[in-house]
Order: sequence, then structure tokens, then C-alpha cells
Amino acid sequence: MSRFSVGGMIELEGLTKRYGEKVAVNNLTFTVRPGIVTGFLGPNGAGKSTTMRMILGLDHPTAGQVRIDGKRYDQLKDPLTYIGALLEAKAWHGGRSAFNHLLCLAQSNGIATRRVREVLETVGLTAVAKKKTKGFSMGMGQRLGIAGALLGDPRILMFDEPVNGLDPEGIHWIRNLMKSLAAQGRTVFVSSHLMSEMALTADHLVVIGQGRLLADTSMADFIERNSRSYVRIRTPQRELLLDVLHTTGITAVEAGDEALEVDGSKAEQIGELAARHGVVLHELSPQQASLEEAFMQLTAESVEYHAHADALPSEQQELRRQQQQWGSEWRRS
Amino acid sequence: MAATQVVRSEWTKIRSVASTVWTLSLAVVVTIALGMLISALSNNEFDNMSERDRLSFDPTFISFAGMSLGQLALIVFGVLVVSNEYSTGMIRTSLAAVPRRGTFLASKIAVATGLALVVGLATSFVTFFLGQAMLGDHRAEIGDPGVLRAVIGGGLYMTLIAMFSMGVAAMLRSPMLSLGILMPFFFLVSNILGNVSATEKIGRYLPDQAGSRIMQVVTPIDDDKPYGPWGGLGIMVLWVIAALLGGYLTLKKRDA
Repeated sequence: MSRFSVGGMIELEGLTKRYGEKVAVNNLTFTVRPGIVTGFLGPNGAGKSTTMRMILGLDHPTAGQVRIDGKRYDQLKDPLTYIGALLEAKAWHGGRSAFNHLLCLAQSNGIATRRVREVLETVGLTAVAKKKTKGFSMGMGQRLGIAGALLGDPRILMFDEPVNGLDPEGIHWIRNLMKSLAAQGRTVFVSSHLMSEMALTADHLVVIGQGRLLADTSMADFIERNSRSYVRIRTPQRELLLDVLHTTGITAVEAGDEALEVDGSKAEQIGELAARHGVVLHELSPQQASLEEAFMQLTAESVEYHAHADALPSEQQELRRQQQQWGSEWRRS
Repeated sequence: MAATQVVRSEWTKIRSVASTVWTLSLAVVVTIALGMLISALSNNEFDNMSERDRLSFDPTFISFAGMSLGQLALIVFGVLVVSNEYSTGMIRTSLAAVPRRGTFLASKIAVATGLALVVGLATSFVTFFLGQAMLGDHRAEIGDPGVLRAVIGGGLYMTLIAMFSMGVAAMLRSPMLSLGILMPFFFLVSNILGNVSATEKIGRYLPDQAGSRIMQVVTPIDDDKPYGPWGGLGIMVLWVIAALLGGYLTLKKRDA
């Protein structure tokens, strides 16, 4: 049951940010919806942080617009009660105590002082609330930033690379926090450059590269489309097996090191066929291409700072060429 | 978002950092101590002065001599109040909480100005009375013509110096750059421009030169400044308005 019946939408429309000649964010249009965790994925330098700053009205878009529940950010009354954000690791005065940092934020948005103590408790910083924040570790800093985001009990939460610099326990904590916030019906928009991280937390995925939208899809769809499964086979009776497979209409390709690969999840079928025809198998293993690979393929073309192609061995160049073709076939925007 | 909320928030910000306390204390201590020292020295020197210097002798203004150094601490106060937001990254958190940038800057400046005014006026009165105590027979009384105006004016002058610094810091956004320009300007450049005959006519329109006229009670004999005490303070106010306007436009226009 959702706590929030209406609201919680972030809508981007043709959002563009140019710095001189360089286009950091290029005509982004997508909507972030409540009740789920939306992952905002892209390589470093893809424009994720710039997009998030524009959502908060910190950076002015060159073109396009952002609407929070239909309003511009600066039209929101007490914006922290609509949208809470964790920006870069450190966005506060190190000489101020954690309590006073949160207190000045609370006061500016008419939030009760009691709420400051609550969020400090939630993130586990009560014991160091009166300490100056410059002594905080990276993990404590992230927790303070999250406390600031939760302060106004907002319907929308936005986290920029929240697991950066956290220890495993902290990472676990933040994943659960994001999931529980979404389960309460809130909108959770979280950026990352790690597909593996998104696969664990996000229900929906927005992928950008060099500021352009590469994909806007549900996580389930993305996994289905991108995780190629295949069966890896090794046999001393290679020719015999190829014949058997051929007559059944199964195509096997040579995968080097004497192994064969068959697309799809047909391990049982192949095993039964081999048994029936007396083919000896040394290996019959179902395999799955990782999501990380899929993400790299998707963004291969748009990665800004990749190694110079000439410096790569020809084999890798060939691989990259294939990946790029594959990626562009796939792409929808 | 009510402006009173933002003002309360800015008050929490200003009272919760150490730089507020040490810059303002330094301004108070330096202004008073140096004022007393120079007052005492002037008292001893009076008998050796020329007739001309004795006619220009201004005990009120002499007791404010410490302000030339004390104002530097107020410049640091004004600069840090604004540029700390940028150097610490706090500005992004602040503007996400208060996206109306005019309200944000106005509240910040109102709070810092209020604090500078209270400290400035208190310093001015204490400096005056302690300075006069050092001046012995040559002292002025608070009831003498123009003296009360000069003492209140001293507090206003300190406040306006802090405000001007806030405006400059809002334009430059970097504490080092702001201090690197303001400190030498008010400590050296302005004095040189105001005292070298070639540049004197321009120098006297600089904010500190014009503004400090309010603290003079006895007009020097050769004074040919085209403005009086309040006129001078008015010129300083114009400088402050220009700096704050520039700061506001910078904040409005640029990305945080």
C-alpha cells in the first residue's frame, strides 16, 4: 500500500547543458516514477551529476526543462519536503557540527528540530551529532548527506553515487534503505557507474552516455535483452556431435580451445541427444554473459575517455568493433 | 518559503562556525587596543605639535585610529560569511534548500549585517570612551557637537565595510581571491591613492576614504573634500549597493 497517492514525479523534457562547445547533457527526455528505484546509469563523465544538479535547479539548463510534480524546482514551497538529495560526498561546512548543519537546513524549510534528531538516529550519527563534520570518515559523510536528504520526509529521493567510498556494511545498509523507501511509495532516483550495483537495487533503468539517452527500460527487460545465455560443450567426438546437432537443427559455433557454443538454454536437450547417440561429453555447461558486459557494449561508443584504439592489440580492436556494431543495433532512444 | 525561516537558518549557520567568533573578536580587540595606544601617544605628543596641527586636533577621530586595522578583521568576517559557502561546497546544499537565490543572499547578508552592526556600534562606543580616557585634558565629550554622530558613524562604517566585503565575495566566490584583493586594497592602495596629490581627487571617492569622513568632528584646515560626514557615508553606501548588486547578479546567473 502506497503512502503517497499522488505526486513524486520527476519529468525531464529535452534537457540540455552545454559548456561552450562541449555538450554535457544532450536533449534528455524521461520520467522518473514513484514506487520504484530508478537507476541512472552511465560511465564516468556521462552527465549524470550535471543532470541531477539541473533537477535541483543548481545548474541552469541551456535548453529544455525539469518539472517536479509539474513545478519548476524554484517554485516549490519548502523544496526539502518534496525532494531530498544526496549530492557529492561533501557539500557542507566542515567546521559546523552535524546537528547544526541539519538544523540550518531544517529551519530554512520550516521543519521541526525534533526531525533533525530523528534523521540522525536513522542514519546512526546520534553519537557524533555535536562533532565537527570535518573529522568525519567518508562513510559518516555519506550518512550525513543521506540524513539531509531524509530531513523533509520527501516523496522523492535522489542519490548521486551513494555507495562510493562506503564499506560493505554501509553499502548493504544503503541498498536496503533505497528499497524500503521505494516500497513506501516514494520515488527513488539513484545514479551509478556500476551495472552490478544497479542490478541489485534498481527496478527501472535509465542509461546515458555522453549526455545522450541510451536506454529507458525496466530492469527485467534489460536483463532479458542483454544477458545472452549459451551452452558450452567439450567433446573428444567433435564431428559426431556436430552431425547429431545439425540433424536436430541446433547450430553450434566453435569457441576456440576446442569448445563449442550453442545459443540459448539447451543444456538438457543436448545432454539427452549426446546420450542417445553415444557421444562422450567432457563438458556441458550453461553460461550467461554478465550485465556488466551488456552495459559496456551499450555504452562502448559513448565512453569519453577510452584507451586509444591504435594502442590495442588487433584482436581487442576486432572485439571492440563487434561490440560497437552490436550496441548500435540494440540502441533505442 | 517564508523569508523568516531563511533568516533563522542563516542565523544558525553564522553562529555555528568558529570564524564568526574569531573575526569579530579580533575586530573588537584590535580597534579598541590600537585606538587606546594611539590616543595615549597623541596625548603625549600634543605639546610638541605645531599650531596648525593643534587646530586640526580631533580627539574623537584619533580614538578611532584602530579602525584602520580593525576593519581588516571585519573584511575577513564579511568575506568568509559568503565565500565559505563556495569553498566548502555548502552552497549546493544551501541552494537546494532555498532555491530562491535572492531570498537566500538577502537573508544571509541581513543576518551578517545585523551582527556586524551590533558589534560595530559597541566597539565604536567602547573605543571612543577608552580612547578619550587616554587623551586626558585633550579629550572630547560625547555631548560635544558632532561627537555622537561620529561615534554612531564609526559603528556604521564598520558595518558597511563588512557589507562591501560580502558583496565582493559574492561576486568572486573564492575566499582567497576576495581577501587577496580587499586586504591590500583597504590597507595600502586606498591610503596611497588618497594621500598622493596626483590621485587624491579620485582616492577620496573610494569607499573607506569617503565613509571615514563620518568619524571626523574637527574638519582639517586644508580640507577641500566636496562632501560632508553624511555625504561621505552616502558615497560609501553607493559602493556597498553596487557590490551587493554585483554579487546578487553573479549568484543569480551562475551555476552553483
